[in-house]
Amino acid sequence: MRVLVVEDEPDLLGSLMKALREDGYAVDGAPDGEEGLYKAENYEYDALVLDIMLPMIDGWEVLRRLRKTKKTPVLMLTARDAVRDRVRGLDTGADDYLVKPFDLAELLARLRALIRRAASQAEPGIEIGDVVIDTAARNVTRGGEPVVLTAREYALLEFLALHRGTVVTRTMLYDHLFDENDSTLSNLLDVHVSNIRKKLGHEFITTRRGHGYCIEEPA
Amino acid sequence: MIFHSIRWRLQSWHGLILVLVLAAFGYSAYSVARDNQLRRIDEELQHRLGSLFFRPGPPSRPPERRAEPPPGPSPNDRGRDGGREGGPDFTEFLSRLREAVAQAGTVDSSQTNGFYYVLWQEGTLLAQSLNAPADVPAPLRVFPWPEPEERSKGPAGGGAFAGKSGPPQPPGTRERGDVREVFRYFPHGECILVGHFMAPELAAMRRLAIWLGAAGAGVLLLGWAGGWWVSTRAIRPIEEISATATKIAAGDLSQRINAADTDNELGRLAGVLNSTFARLEAAFANQARFTGDASHELRTPVSVILSQTQGALSRERSGPDYREALEACQRAAQRMRGLTESLLELARLDAGQAQFKHEPFDLSQVTTDCIQLLRPLANERGITIESQLPPAPCVGDAQRISQVATNLLSNAIQFNREHGQVKVAARVENGTAILTVTDTGQGIPPDDLPHIFERFYRVDKSRSRVQGRTGLGLAIAKAIVEGHGGTIEVASHSGTGSAFTVRLRAR
Repeated sequence: MRVLVVEDEPDLLGSLMKALREDGYAVDGAPDGEEGLYKAENYEYDALVLDIMLPMIDGWEVLRRLRKTKKTPVLMLTARDAVRDRVRGLDTGADDYLVKPFDLAELLARLRALIRRAASQAEPGIEIGDVVIDTAARNVTRGGEPVVLTAREYALLEFLALHRGTVVTRTMLYDHLFDENDSTLSNLLDVHVSNIRKKLGHEFITTRRGHGYCIEEPA
Repeated sequence: MIFHSIRWRLQSWHGLILVLVLAAFGYSAYSVARDNQLRRIDEELQHRLGSLFFRPGPPSRPPERRAEPPPGPSPNDRGRDGGREGGPDFTEFLSRLREAVAQAGTVDSSQTNGFYYVLWQEGTLLAQSLNAPADVPAPLRVFPWPEPEERSKGPAGGGAFAGKSGPPQPPGTRERGDVREVFRYFPHGECILVGHFMAPELAAMRRLAIWLGAAGAGVLLLGWAGGWWVSTRAIRPIEEISATATKIAAGDLSQRINAADTDNELGRLAGVLNSTFARLEAAFANQARFTGDASHELRTPVSVILSQTQGALSRERSGPDYREALEACQRAAQRMRGLTESLLELARLDAGQAQFKHEPFDLSQVTTDCIQLLRPLANERGITIESQLPPAPCVGDAQRISQVATNLLSNAIQFNREHGQVKVAARVENGTAILTVTDTGQGIPPDDLPHIFERFYRVDKSRSRVQGRTGLGLAIAKAIVEGHGGTIEVASHSGTGSAFTVRLRAR
């Protein structure tokens, strides 16, 4: 999952990006509205964390312009908690709203819920055969036994599971799993896929040669 | 409860006074009418009484007395004739009188017009007219026999008594039920009485009373209704004012009194109240915005601290990681400290608690010290500070003024372009010490210019936040300068820079 954080307070931006990375997201940051809008329009993000008070272009404007082209889920952050502001945010096209100061855990939970809803997945648990993926706790079990995955492996598995039944191209995976600072080595994906196969069974992820990967929907 | 209302009190007074006036007027009118009526009846009775036995005066007199025909035409005429023909002999006069009275009885009562006649001698009924009531009591002889000289003052006033044997007693008047009677005693105990049934007159008086009562009630009702209308109109603005004030007291400060007619006292009051409410609302809005801004400014550093600490505590970290998190927290806390200090200072300045010293100081010296302090900051950005500071003696609080100078200088450095210039100049002009700080930055857009001394006002909504400024510096500077009785103003041209000018009283 790839997330963009647009926040002008450097310390807050830093801590948010760090926390999100540790939670397994590929994270990009932008310190002002202009850069935030550019990135949001030109990369594939699974969610946006957008502050309202931003230099250059404020959060409302970023959201308004972004909504012309993208449906990316947006979580607005603001220091203003008047109902009027919240209503305005949601009406402008924000998907959720969080008032500063917030708890990191709440921000992460809301972000997970946003991404899940965007993938039309109402429940946090995904069951594929004997494999159960708990997107809330970010853990995986196979036949009741916990399976240990790295953050990147989990992110890859979750992305494929959320798009199960459809073929996910390598480009999509690169776009959603790696942030702009990752050196996208072409064989890195194959390494992660093979690791997941070792842990969950070889046939769990099928390879469509020339297209990408797919988790088949159990019949 | 109802009498606590001004309108009801007004109406009660108004009604009470109206009732008193109307009652007094009605009573007087009724009394005058009644007295007139009685006097007319009495005059008629006495005329009839007199015409029975008085000798007629000169020929011109009868028509002068009463043009109207005497009540009982024939007996009366005869009586008068009798009186006229009667000689000095009283006995003859009496017999004529008897005859006249008796003959009056032969006439139909309708023709006597409600008048009847009775004659007694020493209490014994001698004669009476037919229409006289059966049991007319003989009047009492109350008066002593008047002396001749007193007699002339008698109410009948007709001094032309026919008989020589002595004048008759002056006529007496009495009222029995709805009968009015006039009688006269003669020296030998004869008494003649003329009575009148007053029923028609009394009925007329009753009608008059009823009419007066009704008219009075009508006028009272009209007056009261008019008063009600006037007081309602007068009270309406008060009610509106009170309703509006109630809503405002309940928290809706946007309410205003609808003062349609502003030309009376209450209209003017409504105007004054409206402007007061407007100022109150503005003050509240200002206060609410200020509080909102302050909490907003505090929320961001708190968010930093929360996210940094929660992120750091979420798992085991290395030493440098903890250090980084702690440094971020420190920066946030320092920002909060700066903000709370500024807020406290503003609050003190607002409350007038800030005590300014009143000491002589040199504005140029104070500014030079500030430049020394800020030069490293300027050097960092490659900004040169040019100063032209001849001595400018002032009176006031040097430390506070140095706060102003520091603020203006650091603004000039912060909002300048790289390798720009800051010019600082002081001079004394007409008893005013003037300090100008000019920068070569972007300048302030004209739209923002009137607001830059407002609290938390920022030209760029968040750029200054990155630079760790509170947004209160200029507001504090303004409060300090104004606390010294001075002024601070700004001139700016977009693109070429801004110039702040502080004017203080020179020593």
